[in-house]
Amino acid sequence: MATNDESKKVRKLQVRRFKPEENPEKHYLNEEKGLWAWMTTVDHKKIGLMYLGSIVFFFFVAGVLALLLRTELLTPARSFMDADMYNQVFTLHGAIMIFFFLVPSVPAVLGNFILPLQLGAKDVAFPRLNLASYYIYVIGALFTLFAIFTGGVDTGWTFYTPYSSTTSGGNIMAMTFGIFILGFSSILTGINFMVTIHKMRSPGITWNKLPLNLWGLYATSIIQILATPVLAITLLLLTMERMLSIGIFDPAIGGDPVLYQHFFWFYSHPAVYIMIVPGFGIISEVISTFSRKVIFGYWAIALSSLAIAFIGFLVWGHHMFTAGQSSLANMVFSFLTFLVGIPTGIKIFNWLATMYKGSIDLKTPMVYALVFLFLFTIGGFTGIMLGALAVDIHLHDTYYVVAHFHYVMMGGMVMAFLAGLHYWWPKMFGKMYSEFWAKITCAVIFVGFNMTFLPQFVMGAQGMPRRYFNYIDQFQSFHQFSTIGAYIMGVGFVMMAAYMIHSLVKGKPASSNPWGSRALEWQTSSPVPLHNFEHTPVIINGPYDYHKPMSEFQLGIAAKHGHHHAEEEVAVKVSKQEKE
Amino acid sequence: MLPPAKSTTAAETDALFHFITSVSLILLLGITIAIVYFAWKYRRRSEDDVTPVITHNSTLEITWSVIPLILVMIVFGWGLTGYMNLTTPPDDAYEIRVVAKSWLWEFHYQNGHVSVNEMHVPVDRPVKLVMSSDDVIHSLYIPDYRVKMDVLPNRYTSLWFEATEIGESVIYCAEYCGTAHSNMLATAHVHSQEDFEIWLETAGAEDDDMDPVARGEQLVTRNACDTCHSSDGTRLQGPTFQGLFGSEREMEDGEIVVADENYIRESILEPNARITAGYQPVMPSYAGTLDDRQIDAIIEYIKTLE
Ligand code: HEC
Ligand SMILES: [Cu+2]
Repeated sequence: MATNDESKKVRKLQVRRFKPEENPEKHYLNEEKGLWAWMTTVDHKKIGLMYLGSIVFFFFVAGVLALLLRTELLTPARSFMDADMYNQVFTLHGAIMIFFFLVPSVPAVLGNFILPLQLGAKDVAFPRLNLASYYIYVIGALFTLFAIFTGGVDTGWTFYTPYSSTTSGGNIMAMTFGIFILGFSSILTGINFMVTIHKMRSPGITWNKLPLNLWGLYATSIIQILATPVLAITLLLLTMERMLSIGIFDPAIGGDPVLYQHFFWFYSHPAVYIMIVPGFGIISEVISTFSRKVIFGYWAIALSSLAIAFIGFLVWGHHMFTAGQSSLANMVFSFLTFLVGIPTGIKIFNWLATMYKGSIDLKTPMVYALVFLFLFTIGGFTGIMLGALAVDIHLHDTYYVVAHFHYVMMGGMVMAFLAGLHYWWPKMFGKMYSEFWAKITCAVIFVGFNMTFLPQFVMGAQGMPRRYFNYIDQFQSFHQFSTIGAYIMGVGFVMMAAYMIHSLVKGKPASSNPWGSRALEWQTSSPVPLHNFEHTPVIINGPYDYHKPMSEFQLGIAAKHGHHHAEEEVAVKVSKQEKE
Repeated sequence: MLPPAKSTTAAETDALFHFITSVSLILLLGITIAIVYFAWKYRRRSEDDVTPVITHNSTLEITWSVIPLILVMIVFGWGLTGYMNLTTPPDDAYEIRVVAKSWLWEFHYQNGHVSVNEMHVPVDRPVKLVMSSDDVIHSLYIPDYRVKMDVLPNRYTSLWFEATEIGESVIYCAEYCGTAHSNMLATAHVHSQEDFEIWLETAGAEDDDMDPVARGEQLVTRNACDTCHSSDGTRLQGPTFQGLFGSEREMEDGEIVVADENYIRESILEPNARITAGYQPVMPSYAGTLDDRQIDAIIEYIKTLE
């Protein structure tokens, strides 16, 4: 169907204008029915929803655990649980939030759902592998949970040796093994996404027309593929130590416990970027859509994600400034940490510049995006504080660090996820939610969040160490304030669950493009048809070209046998890996 | 926001802390004002709003990359200088050996004296702590001095400070180390040079002529047993010593044991071998800290508490 003529770079395509069907009778949610059809589906959208269900469950569990912790901290001594219990609960809270919620949330849920749609593809490159990744995730999660519960693991989510190897017996192994299985899911998803982005783009999607969300996911995939294997190496070394008594981490047989920290952070620091980089992608989409304006500094945003992905591999040592590594190492790690701050800062300014002279509509996703900008900026600045060597010596392992990473992970990543969820919700379910309740809820969560974590900066600066079951009386009022904030946040999430469920059951039907976005995923029906598009989309404009009329974004290859009078011819840039 | 600065190096750390906090607050304020102002000024007026096509602006982009870069490089250099000071102890520093174990701190002085959970140092004199752990990783943290260093099982680490004020400061364990991690506190007592020397001579001196009961009582205070065990029946973290000797104790697993000499000895050397019902296994082992004579004295002392 493509006519390749005079220029090698450009080809002419016969296209038609396709308007998405409104309120389609058949869509991906109702074309295949029944539990079995869901469990064995290879449809990326359903797999995305299955991940959504799973991570919501884990978020709920870990959230309840957080409330238990905060309740215990109402008084300086024992309130209602004992120290061992407390230690197990914070271990579970951290491990579940990080490994079962944060790492898979954006890529596996929103990435799975949106990535093929933004490419105009029918599915990801390897749909079966995609389903397998989901089951690997479930198996890994169950295995890890089993290990934690049976072993009463109380090591903190960082599993530092030798504490972890001496107290939890064999369970540190089972634990690492479970997370290793989870890691596979991550690696496979990363590979799947990368191949899909390279090979499955619709005609006309050249690299400079790739939505920034996909640049974010692309950078994330690189990290997933390169960092996660280190976890496997760590496991192998632990096994060798246990089975063959080769001293690696255990000082009792000549190993070095700090080596374990290096391994752990070599994976876990990049993992921080697995959590946050895809969030940057979402924010770019949302801010551009709700400002109806071309994104400012497309390449700056795209390349800074890649830069973060690469430099992110070289900063792990900043978790270990007081661990006894050499001054030289500390100096280098501190320096590189500051470098990684720059591309992050650049993005914030780009997003602001995108809003400048835009046509801003403060719908819920946009409100979450702005909340993200505010909270994440605080997270970033406090990160600079912790990167400064002399200051980190004082602040390391205090509540300052706890507050910092909650601002980055929850204020950044979770807010970005919520922006994305509210943004794509109509596309996922074909229903709208109540704008009113959504905004109220956002306000409640915002207030609760800041009440919870702002006092923790103060406590930390004053020297309150983290992971403390008892604390000295001086900190009680801060802790109580923080606990009240956590309850408020909890109420916020319950409200969210309520209006989301209401939306599913009784929500108003959503149009195909309720936000007036130019992005490709909005040029098909809501909910999406089983095969995403009824045609092969053809792209001649960038995803943020709000100065072009909407109809220019609704082009598709004209059917061979069709007799359409509306056919026309467009010139499309060809890139090598594009699919036919 | 910061605790009182009581060491010579604290001021520099604080200055950097305040510098970063102020610059951040200014920038955050700017960003927030921009967000709010844009959201209001450029709010959507109609569905047909036309927005300008501004794809990039090199001058602007270079500016907002270079200025932050300069700022973070200042922070980097400043932080590094402070850190080099923190890690380079003066040659004439007074050395104290610190041994950490789950969950207490031992301070060994040059004359052989050991104090548990109490660190005594002279004012206006650099002190260097040479530290190691008997079990897992701990971390010695004195917020008032802005110093912290991990304490490792397989090698020595060190930190130094020079206290500038006579008084007391809290010492924490900052690296998570299990059940009683949050109880692993100690106190830094800063004395004048003369008082410190007097303390060092008298505190360490053990009077062999002292009668065992008095000696036991002294050891109970010195080894911080009394932070967890009362002598008057009050329930602290551990059971009271009052009426302990000769009584029947119920263990966690239901076993009934009579608290005789052997039981008390075992409790001190291997506290986790048998856990008293209703209590947490948080008592540190005193193996290697107390010798047999000292344990005898403690037992004699406990016997008197009826
Ligand atoms: C960190 C707090 C702590 C410190 C310090 C501590 N203990 Fe204990 N001790 C406990 C706790 C808790 C128990 C009960 C649980 C157990 O059996 O381990 C206990 C139990 C005991 C028992 C058995 C009591 C019974 O009722 O069965 C004896 C004897 C004892 N400790 C002696 C000492 C002596 C002597 C010292 C000082 C050299 C000391 N402890 C220091 C917390 C402590
Ligand atoms: Cu400790």
